[in-house]
Amino acid sequence: MAPTTQTPPSLRPSPATLAITRIVLIAAAVLFLAPVYWLIVSSTKSNPDLISSNGLLFAGNNIVENYTALMSWTQGNFWRWVGNSMLYSTVAGVLGTLVSVSAGYALAKFRMPGKAGIQLAILGGLLMPIALLTVPLYIFFNGLGLTNTIWAVIIPSCVSPFGVFLGRMFVDAGVPDELLEASRLDGSGEVRTFFTLVLRLLAPAMVTIFLFIFVATWNNFLLPLMMLNSAELKPVTLGLYGMMSYFSPQYGAVLQGALLSVIPLVVLFFVLQRYWQSGLTAGAVKG
Amino acid sequence: MSTLTRPTAPERLVTEQRAQANRRRRRREGRIGWGFFAPFAILFVLTFVIPILVSIRSSFFTEKAAGDSLYGGGGMVETFAFLDNYAQVLGNATFWEGMGRVLLFGAFQIPVMLGGALILALLLDSFIVRRVAFFRLSYFLPYAIPGVIAALVWTYIFSPGLSPINQTLGSISEWLTGLLGNNVDLTIDFFAPGTIIASMATMTTWTFMGYNMLIFLAALQAIPHDLYEAARLDGAGEFDIVRRIKVPMVGQATLLAVLLSIIGTVQLFNEPTVLAAVNPWMGNDYTPMMLAYSSMMGTTSPSGAGPASAVSISMAVIAGILAAIFALVQKRSTR
Repeated sequence: MAPTTQTPPSLRPSPATLAITRIVLIAAAVLFLAPVYWLIVSSTKSNPDLISSNGLLFAGNNIVENYTALMSWTQGNFWRWVGNSMLYSTVAGVLGTLVSVSAGYALAKFRMPGKAGIQLAILGGLLMPIALLTVPLYIFFNGLGLTNTIWAVIIPSCVSPFGVFLGRMFVDAGVPDELLEASRLDGSGEVRTFFTLVLRLLAPAMVTIFLFIFVATWNNFLLPLMMLNSAELKPVTLGLYGMMSYFSPQYGAVLQGALLSVIPLVVLFFVLQRYWQSGLTAGAVKG
Repeated sequence: MSTLTRPTAPERLVTEQRAQANRRRRRREGRIGWGFFAPFAILFVLTFVIPILVSIRSSFFTEKAAGDSLYGGGGMVETFAFLDNYAQVLGNATFWEGMGRVLLFGAFQIPVMLGGALILALLLDSFIVRRVAFFRLSYFLPYAIPGVIAALVWTYIFSPGLSPINQTLGSISEWLTGLLGNNVDLTIDFFAPGTIIASMATMTTWTFMGYNMLIFLAALQAIPHDLYEAARLDGAGEFDIVRRIKVPMVGQATLLAVLLSIIGTVQLFNEPTVLAAVNPWMGNDYTPMMLAYSSMMGTTSPSGAGPASAVSISMAVIAGILAAIFALVQKRSTR
């Protein structure tokens, strides 16, 4: 983006254009942030306050009562659900990233028989409606006796055609052939070259792939809804949905649960912002 | 001269050996490549290929209780039904009503979401804006909130009694009533059968507009800036540049975004499921994906793996056809 100082005078926008642009952008930002703000405010309120007080202003402090209600309604499982989400997303993210990078490395650097078929399969996987795949997955995993285990969520979440696509592109861009040759000439085996050289070169790219798989796993609702029965195995999305639908709820408590459950993801977004950008750029430009 | 055209025996041997060594190296390279690819290949087969094949197979079968008695002698038997399941799905009014709802939803939601995303991206890409990072992040933030949680929060925002929107509209109505003398009511019933699709569209637009905006922004920033300079020298205004350079150059990204949105819309599930939790009239088959889920879980009839597979496969085919039609139209019109 060109800095404003370099703008030639003839290109300077009229004050009206400038004002309209700013108003549109700020209005959009307000619309996008307002529900989050409402969530924060409402998670502190009691039911009567939610109904009678102004929705955009804080009223009586009901944080502790809401928290207590959240814990008792979830039978103390709330933090366990958050932990489950964390566990599923982290394991799927780590395994999925390694698998994707390894596959991308194979596609980028080796002449393999059947490569055209592989590429077609990956494209198919990219365009596959994932929710539709969940019913077949359930039938198959149920036959294997894997339903209602953590693997029923983790295994499908590891498989990311988009991750392979990104992995291949990052290898193409970031792993020069000369370095691989040099490593081979030094007598390093293929596996060692991959783990010591390739993975080190790809570290930032791997964060991007990890992020995509982590968030997709955390956000997935249908897969755990079909696969899991036990309250102890639920991820937090599923747990809160159950809470919302089965109890005549203390709204503030449900909203506090929603707020607490998104904090890990929001933190991840802020901290790892630039890694998102590189993944989306790849998707947009090459896609 | 003859030595050049006709290699001697030892020379032939050397080329032969070289070719052989080459082949061996090729084979070794292929083996190593497949070695690195194998983990993904195995997982892909386990989670894509086999489930799809199993599902196609089961879509041709129905399960019936074994034995002669009404309640069966124990266990279920599969009987080959060929296209019965498909005939049932395609003849099922619920399926088509659900499909109609998601198509209506998509026909409005996709253009609004992507149009808005493109406008925001163009504004952020123009050189007149400062604090781009702040705007980018605030538009993208909703994407960090899981779809179900977002649907839950929005459901409360839309709930009668809780809704901050209706609170505001209610006060305005009161003020207007006092002013005009007759009763004015501007509040909206977000859960009425006529408005609930728009309510869902609001939820998904809020979640995904920023994500698509970032994709467009990335595509815009990849355009070489010399193009703009050249156009300006030729006397093009900023609006011409947007219309003739920027918009066509993000065509590829737009195509992909529309395709993915169509595919996402056909399988709409989270938002209607959450809304149905507080609006029982929606039932458990409001969208085709809900129908597939309910068939699989046995909470709607016909139930079982066969009908559920048939619903899923029919939806996949319809999504594929819609995506293909769109891609063709797009290609035709850009030519």
